[in-house]
Amino acid sequence: MVQWTAEEKQLISGLWGRVSVEECGAEALARLLIVYPWTQRFFDNFGNLSSPTAITGNPMVRAHGKKVLTSFGEAIKNLDNLKGTYSQLSELHCDKLHVDPENFRLLGDILIIVLATHFTKDFTPACQAVWQKLVGLVAHALARKYH
Amino acid sequence: MVLSATDKSNVKAAFGKIGGQAEEYGAEALERMFTTYPQTKTYFPHFDLGKGSAQVKAHGKKVAAALVEAANHIDDIAGALSKLSDLHAQKLRVDPVNFKLLGQCFLVVVACHNPALLTPEVHASLDKFLCAVGTVLTAKYR
Repeated sequence: MVQWTAEEKQLISGLWGRVSVEECGAEALARLLIVYPWTQRFFDNFGNLSSPTAITGNPMVRAHGKKVLTSFGEAIKNLDNLKGTYSQLSELHCDKLHVDPENFRLLGDILIIVLATHFTKDFTPACQAVWQKLVGLVAHALARKYH
Repeated sequence: MVLSATDKSNVKAAFGKIGGQAEEYGAEALERMFTTYPQTKTYFPHFDLGKGSAQVKAHGKKVAAALVEAANHIDDIAGALSKLSDLHAQKLRVDPVNFKLLGQCFLVVVACHNPALLTPEVHASLDKFLCAVGTVLTAKYR
């Protein structure tokens, strides 16, 4: 049973309110594909992923990044029911998309770095700790329906 | 995991820009690691891990110095860190999973203090470099 203190919830919502979902989403996905290039295996139909510049500017990457982070926003609205929130997406990622759950952990770590570059000194150790907890739980929820 | 020529020059340039702040970065990376991954504290029962701890600062300095040394000898990280590798294998025996955690925290520190430095390309190179360091330090474990 996931427990969130009031302070943790505040650290999440306080930061999230200042996040541009489109920008951060695009950047997070681009960095995932750049820093861990084997993750490109899921995006054969995305066109040009031949260089960091190509990846960063790729409109499909940007759009998909926005989609992914928008979904993350749903988690934040439902912190007490991450399992329920991600139940269908979990099945989708297993049965249709065939994504190794390790990739969720990689993306979570990348998102942390993106938030750190945007929020700099506001991204305190306490803030990082709560957000790492969140991305870990989201990854876990997304992996939960795998079979 | 092989460091390309570009990775090497990215890493050297990054550490050049970080310069003397490396020591602070080391300390803050440890602080973040202890806060974010409390299980890592189990390796430091003999330390005061409270905020501003002098022991954590001193240890952060050591960690940073090792990273700088590795960056300065980036063509032979195994050689540069050979003694540290022995130490980790024989005495410290830190579980390999923890090097990734510290690496993540070090990247976060760089991101927080020097966001412009951490372009996606440099992020990739630094991540690879930190991985390589972790691999060297655990290479003699068995």
